[in-house]
Amino acid sequence: MSAGANAVIVRETLQGLLEALLAEGYRTLGPTLREDAIVYDDVTHVSELPAGWTDSQEAGHYHLQRREDDAWFGFNVGPHSWKRFLHPPLEPLWGARRNGDGFKITVPAPGPKLAFIGVRACELRAIAIQDRVFLGGRYSDDTYRARRISTFIVAVNCAQASGTCFCVSMGSGPKAAAGFDLSLTELLGADRATFLVEVGSEAGARMLQRIASRPPTEAELAAARAVLDRTAERMGRRLDTTRLRELLREQAEHPRWDGIAERCLACGNCTMVCPTCFCTSVEDHSSLEGTAAERVRAWDSCFTLDFSYLHGGSVRHSTRARYRHWLTHKLSYWIDQFGTGGCVGCGRCITWCPVGIDITEEATALRAPGRAKKQGDAS
Amino acid sequence: MDRRPRLAVWKFASCDGCQLSLLDCEDELLAVADALEIASFPEASSAVAAGPYDLSLVEGSITTAHDAERIREVRRQSRHLVTIGACATAGGVQALRNFASIGELVAAVYPSPQYIETLATSTPIAAHVAVDFELRGCPINKTQLLEVIGAFLAGRKPAVAAYSVCIECKRRGTVCVMVQGVPCLGPLTHAGCGALCPAYRRGCYGCYGPMETPNVPALAQRWQALGAPAKRFEHALRSFNAAAQGFQRE
Repeated sequence: MSAGANAVIVRETLQGLLEALLAEGYRTLGPTLREDAIVYDDVTHVSELPAGWTDSQEAGHYHLQRREDDAWFGFNVGPHSWKRFLHPPLEPLWGARRNGDGFKITVPAPGPKLAFIGVRACELRAIAIQDRVFLGGRYSDDTYRARRISTFIVAVNCAQASGTCFCVSMGSGPKAAAGFDLSLTELLGADRATFLVEVGSEAGARMLQRIASRPPTEAELAAARAVLDRTAERMGRRLDTTRLRELLREQAEHPRWDGIAERCLACGNCTMVCPTCFCTSVEDHSSLEGTAAERVRAWDSCFTLDFSYLHGGSVRHSTRARYRHWLTHKLSYWIDQFGTGGCVGCGRCITWCPVGIDITEEATALRAPGRAKKQGDAS
Repeated sequence: MDRRPRLAVWKFASCDGCQLSLLDCEDELLAVADALEIASFPEASSAVAAGPYDLSLVEGSITTAHDAERIREVRRQSRHLVTIGACATAGGVQALRNFASIGELVAAVYPSPQYIETLATSTPIAAHVAVDFELRGCPINKTQLLEVIGAFLAGRKPAVAAYSVCIECKRRGTVCVMVQGVPCLGPLTHAGCGALCPAYRRGCYGCYGPMETPNVPALAQRWQALGAPAKRFEHALRSFNAAAQGFQRE
């Protein structure tokens, strides 16, 4: 089978796929219940999937709910993104140990290759965006590259949209279009649940051959299309992106930024949950004896004061300047920098903002004319 | 002659918990004792050597005229002075007196109040003398304490961040309790504990005091929306770091 080919598997056959991946040395990661949420963690058996659970999401709110059916993937993206595996929150870069008159450098051994189960369309787009950030330029990130090229991706097409979803506005979903090895659409038939499988790569085709599948019927293909059509119609949020890139460049003095700064906690949650935010800081640690040192890279945020600390102080001192930087980067000059937008419409920054600040609402408000820039109007 | 930097540990109004964090560094204690001459640490040894000292760790707040004088002498004897814990950096839980009348409190607590000699306020060390570094927490985190000592020995800046607890929560993969309905002080609170309480599904208690740019009114409003009225929010802020400027409600 080649890319674009379809097949149908009985739902329980997904266990065979997990076992085939484990047999090839993959660490299999997928959605599972923890801390009253659906998070991404190690999943080696389909019984660990959140069968029969869904989530209810609004600005600053996330709650689990029981479903009326037993769908395995009947929920939307949660607090975690795949970023935490491809671009880990804390990553030792290298260590050094004193050795006579010199020192010896040690580099951490790479971890096992990863298999992601249940990657949504917006998340595929986010991974593609981070690929561009880490691998696209003149200098690429070796540890990211090593993890990324060996990762096997099983996508899942969304059968519902949450209250904070807006992938349709950002052109990133709900259908998994590219960047996967296999993609699944869960079909909850009256008598038996199945997955419609789409092959996305040669590696995906090889893996599909190791489990039992059959060709799809016309009715099954139509049912899968209907699932995606229904999801696309039910987006919880909308963002008008027409001329947004150009418009935001002109809104640096809009009064709306002051209003946001009154509500914004500058806590950094939005940047941590964003699947494309990639910023880090690098810390050096030394042992008490002065014989060993370690350099660690950690997720950082443009909402911290230290992040923009240059000689003598922080460049973006006010919360207004920091939020403005984040939103404008995400929706406007990310395009200048990387050739793609920085937002995929996953809605995480809206759901996981402790005070429920909504990027779609703010971007809409910023479309309205602001005040004219006054003389000597500092940020 | 011993050329190791000389360490002294001092106690003011406090519970001793922070200086005990140094003794709690069981695996690293020998390395600390190798790298530094522990010249004065009465909690650990009655053998106290005279100053001056290269590094003084100061625990506790200033609550008496005698201590206000004593801290000046400690400063004079110390090349570097680092405060450890909420008492020394913010006045501690005993700074609740700053919001009340000391005369009434003393009368309510002691049968013979005439014998009590105390100041009307509990104030941090930095209100009295210059401080080289303030390590937050109630109690302090021993990994951060070792980082501060290691940085001092290597002559570098300690890697101690002033951002919110939220960043620590997200790094460790903890699901936000506040978005799930639990009032939490994490977005206002200085990182350092490793986001301990939310990892056990509790809201943050603010033990590390205010983060670098705390937005108190915005969080107060959210607590209210979560069913925690203004009084409860105020009580939550009035604990170990009650007198910290960043936890005031204006």
